[in-house]
Amino acid sequence: MSFINYSSREINCKIVYYGPGLCGKTTNLQYIYNKTNPEAKGKMISLATETERTLFFDFLPLSLGEIRGFRTRFHLYTVPGQVFYDASRKLILKGVDGVVFCGDSQIERMEANIESLDNLRTNLAEQGYDLDKLPYVVQYNKRDLPNAAPMAELEETLNPTKVPQFEAVATKGNGVFDTLKAVAKLVLTELRKGS
Amino acid sequence: MGNNLVMYEEELQQINRICDTLHKEANAKAVLVIDKNGQAIAQGGEVEHLDVTSLSSLTAGNVAATGGIAQLLSEKEFAGQFHEGERTNVHLSIVAQRLILVVLFDERSSLGLVRLRVRKAALELTATIDQLVKKSESSAQPSVFAEITDADIDNLFND
Repeated sequence: MSFINYSSREINCKIVYYGPGLCGKTTNLQYIYNKTNPEAKGKMISLATETERTLFFDFLPLSLGEIRGFRTRFHLYTVPGQVFYDASRKLILKGVDGVVFCGDSQIERMEANIESLDNLRTNLAEQGYDLDKLPYVVQYNKRDLPNAAPMAELEETLNPTKVPQFEAVATKGNGVFDTLKAVAKLVLTELRKGS
Repeated sequence: MGNNLVMYEEELQQINRICDTLHKEANAKAVLVIDKNGQAIAQGGEVEHLDVTSLSSLTAGNVAATGGIAQLLSEKEFAGQFHEGERTNVHLSIVAQRLILVVLFDERSSLGLVRLRVRKAALELTATIDQLVKKSESSAQPSVFAEITDADIDNLFND
C-alpha cells in the first residue's frame, strides 16, 4: 500500500526482501546503502542478534528522484529468514508494494528456498495479497560459489511464473541494483495502473 | 493497490494543526502521526533533531509486534503503549485503525495529561481520516499517475 502525499508531492512505497536464512537479504541492503549518495538515503536500521542474524527487520529508506514533480521514496525492508521467526515475517509484509525473493543458489539450500517461497505465498495470502498479482522479482544470490546449482534448475523450481529474475553476488554488488531497479519499476508501473 | 493511502493539502493541514495543538496542550516535546505501515505523515513540536523516518518505521514495527502479541492473547489490539525513559517518554496510540499517534514528552508534562489530551486529538484525527478516505474514494480527484510514461520511470534510474 503506497502512500501518496499530494500536499508534499511524495510517493512512498514499501519493498520487502524475502528469502531463507543467510541467503543475503541484509547484504543486499548493506550494498545499496554503501553505494548510495548520502543525500538519497536515510539511516539503515538493522534489528539483529549479537551474531548479526536479523531478529526483526532491516530498514533502509531511499529517495530515487522525481517523477512528474513527485519525489519517489522507497522503504526497503528485509525479513528474518530463520524459520522460527514466522510471526515477525508476517508483520513486515503488511502494506507491501513489491517483493524481492532472494534465493540462495547453493544446491544444499534448495529445500530452504522452496520452504521460504511457500512461506511467502502463505503469509501474503494471510494478509490478503496474491504473489502473482504483486510487483515481484526473483534474485539468485551467491552465484560465485562452487556449489551453486545450475540456473535452469533454480529457475524451474523457484520461478515457475517467469517473473523478472537476476543472478547476483550480493557481497560484491553484482545484480543488486538490477534487482532493486526491476522491482521499483514494477511498483511504479502498478501505481500507474491502479490510478 | 486500490487501497493506497492518499493525502491532500487540506487534510494534511488539519492533521498538522491537530499535532500543533496537541503539542502545546500536552506540554509535549514532539508529536508525530505515522501510518501503521511505517510512513511518517505529520509532525509537530521539536522535531528538528529527530530522525522521523527511522522513528516512524521502528514505531510501526513496534505497534505491529504488539498487535501480534495481542492476537496471541485473544485481544483485538492494545490501543495504547507507554515507554518510560530517563529523560524522554513515549506515548503511542492507535487512531482510526490505521494511524499511530506518537507523543514524546519529558518532565514538563505527565502521562495523565498526555493521555487526556491524546483522547481529544484522536477524535479529531479520526474525523479527518474519515474525510480523507471519502475524498480519496471519490473519483472526482485527478490523478497524476495515469500520465506516467515508461520513459518517466526509466529516467528515475539513469545513473
